[in-house]
Amino acid sequence: MFKLEFVKYKNILDIDYLEIQGDKITCIVGESGSGKTTLLRLLNKLISPDKGEIYFMERTLKEWDTIELRRRITMLPQNPIMFNGNIRDNLLIGLKLSEKPLVKDEKLKEILELVNLNKVLDEPTQNLSGGEKQRLAIGRILLLDCDVYLLDEPTSALDEGTEVKVMNSVVEYIKSKNKTLIVVTHSKRIASSFGEKVVEIFDGKVKV
Amino acid sequence: MKNIIDINIYQLLAAYVFIVILLLIVRKRGIKREKEILISSIRMTFQLIIMGFVLVYIINNQSALFTLLIFIFMEVFSVYNIYKRSKVELNLKIKKAVAISMATGSLISLLYFLFIIIRIDPWYDPRYFIPIAGMLIGNSMTGVALGVNKLVDDIKKRKDEIEMALMLGATPKMAVKEIIDNTFDSAILPTINSMVGMGIVFLPGMMTGQILSGTSPLTAIKYQIAIMLGILGCVAITVILFLQLGYKTYFNEEAQLMVE
Ligand SMILES: Nc1ncnc2c1ncn2[C@@H]1O[C@H](COP(=O)(O)OP(=O)(O)O)[C@@H](O)[C@H]1O
Ligand SMILES: [Mg+2]
Repeated sequence: MFKLEFVKYKNILDIDYLEIQGDKITCIVGESGSGKTTLLRLLNKLISPDKGEIYFMERTLKEWDTIELRRRITMLPQNPIMFNGNIRDNLLIGLKLSEKPLVKDEKLKEILELVNLNKVLDEPTQNLSGGEKQRLAIGRILLLDCDVYLLDEPTSALDEGTEVKVMNSVVEYIKSKNKTLIVVTHSKRIASSFGEKVVEIFDGKVKV
Repeated sequence: MKNIIDINIYQLLAAYVFIVILLLIVRKRGIKREKEILISSIRMTFQLIIMGFVLVYIINNQSALFTLLIFIFMEVFSVYNIYKRSKVELNLKIKKAVAISMATGSLISLLYFLFIIIRIDPWYDPRYFIPIAGMLIGNSMTGVALGVNKLVDDIKKRKDEIEMALMLGATPKMAVKEIIDNTFDSAILPTINSMVGMGIVFLPGMMTGQILSGTSPLTAIKYQIAIMLGILGCVAITVILFLQLGYKTYFNEEAQLMVE
């Protein structure tokens, strides 16, 4: 699905070769500051490498129209932001921003259940806890029905029990739709129980 | 025209009593503003005296060239003033956006005002061209200055939010829509508010001037209404032009946000 060749980004990342398969759940692990987030941002084309090529489905990212690419490969940032409004608004905003058809409340409720968030759609988001916001943000991105999901430490604010539950249903959901999942995590447990392929980044390089 | 009371030099000097009173107050209270008060009164006096002579000359020797030179001078001065007053660091691209929007926006409004509304003849008649250009450009300057500060500030402050919208697949335009809308709103708000008090407590300068010089208040009011609407339109056009050009300077052709 992805192939990186001699990719350099500032003095942060330096990856000679990396292949990411579409049909396997990839976990990216590594110390904080090693370059995991930077790697995801490169795949989302939020930044471009100074040197080297990144391929997505045999075409370089440069050849892809950026907006179309980001609608196929969507990224969940490490500290997702809530927009003004209630839970419904915050779920729908992703669809609006990516110009995809809106969905009914039933679908939204399903998604809330999937990310283990027991709240009503009309609840304003400013009262939500960090962990609840994180789950809402996961729900928002799952609604988008893209080809690749790039999740940057999606469960860092959740307790262990909830973390496993949420990851379980996210993985199941994405697998059932035959989509690709790439997760950055610093949790060894998540990586070993969900990662079908684990990539370790150390000081900007892929550790083999 | 009825007799206008011209004020002689002694009468004018008597008006400086107001400044003396102000200076006495700040000195007595130990407020450190004497220097600014002095400098601004002196600057005001000299700028107006020079402007007076320039206007006398230009009105007595009407020519398209003089009118255009003054117009260009006002544009350049207003753009420079926006740069200088800006509280944030402006890069070259943003400066360009300011200059282009000020020039285009005020020129469009001015042409419409002078040739469709008032229909002046000759087209460069300085008695109309210069004061009206001054009012349109001056107010746009204030609007764009507000807009620049807020746009630059908000894009930096709300970088994460913009990037998150991009990650989800938004176009740059969609990602900054809320910032642009808010900025536009706060840049034109002072102009909108200034219309509310008009004519009740506050008789605007242009109208006062015309009435003092013997124009019928009804004519003066018609001019005032037209100029208020013109100012509002001009501020709106320059600000929206600036915002449209301005936000684009923060994105490259790959729709990536370029904020360090
Ligand atoms: N835009 C940037 N400019 C300069 N340095 C950056 C930038 N973004 C991240 N860094 C630095 O790059 C390194 C890797 O960051 P990051 O990819 O966020 O690591 P991780 O997600 O693994 O914690 C860190 O040292 C970070 O300080
Ligand atoms: Mg990170």
